[in-house]
Amino acid sequence: MKNRSIYSLIILFLIFAFVIFYKSLNKSNLYEPKSKIKDIPEFVTISFFEKEDINSKTFFNKNKFYLLNIWASWCVPCREEHPLLIDLSDNNKLEIIGLNYKDNIYNAKLFLKELGNPYKEIFLDKDGTLAVEWGAYGVPESFLIHKNKIIKKFIGPLNIKSVEEIQKNLK
Amino acid sequence: MRTFKIIILIFILLSLSPLKANENELQNKITKNLRCLICQGQSIYDSDSEFAISLKLVIKNKIQNGLSEDQIYSFLTEKYGEWILYDPKLNKNTYILWFLPLLIFLFGGAIIFKKLIK
Repeated sequence: MKNRSIYSLIILFLIFAFVIFYKSLNKSNLYEPKSKIKDIPEFVTISFFEKEDINSKTFFNKNKFYLLNIWASWCVPCREEHPLLIDLSDNNKLEIIGLNYKDNIYNAKLFLKELGNPYKEIFLDKDGTLAVEWGAYGVPESFLIHKNKIIKKFIGPLNIKSVEEIQKNLK
Repeated sequence: MRTFKIIILIFILLSLSPLKANENELQNKITKNLRCLICQGQSIYDSDSEFAISLKLVIKNKIQNGLSEDQIYSFLTEKYGEWILYDPKLNKNTYILWFLPLLIFLFGGAIIFKKLIK
């Protein structure tokens, strides 16, 4: 009787350990920052094409929707999401703004020539400090902006689900 | 006159170096207390990831702009949440973290005390 209860206790413990390991190994260890920023950060940067200064305060129009997309030519997931950005750029209600992150200009231009340019404007972030102002920690990341507020943040490459979410917000 | 100018220049350079050393010390102190969000188990100070390199630069700029250690921490927690700090501040989300060890210690102490009295 005593042996039996010990056996069942061991089996219960093994099942418990299995469930814990199974659950935690399936869980992504990547941390998504709980950013508190709601307003778009203030910054001055250079335009990718015209090499002119851009001020974030005067750049964003209050009544429009913007999608700020952080990208780089060396980033493989950026290639994956690029066709989706091209599709989204057809939508008149949305302006896609790029933030070129720590990139070589020549390679970035080749990237756009090869895959198309969905961006209305591209900001340059040569040293990555601008991405920190946005609370980003990698590429690609995208921010949906309306009335100078960040209404949604997408970490990693956009997918069909996130595009649907963006379109839902535009309606 | 030329020698005088050179002496003044050396004097200015010498007076700047301790200031620079203080800034570096503060930058190292802050970056050692920041968790690298994309590289597990490493601080920003230890990491050479793109994110860590950019963050070190941001912190350096903030120090040069005259921001204090606490102002830099609050700037970063606003952007990345409390998780970025290795030494989180005491607030309503972290009070369990701070007081649980103390409670366990008191509880254990009470049990031992009771046993000793018996």
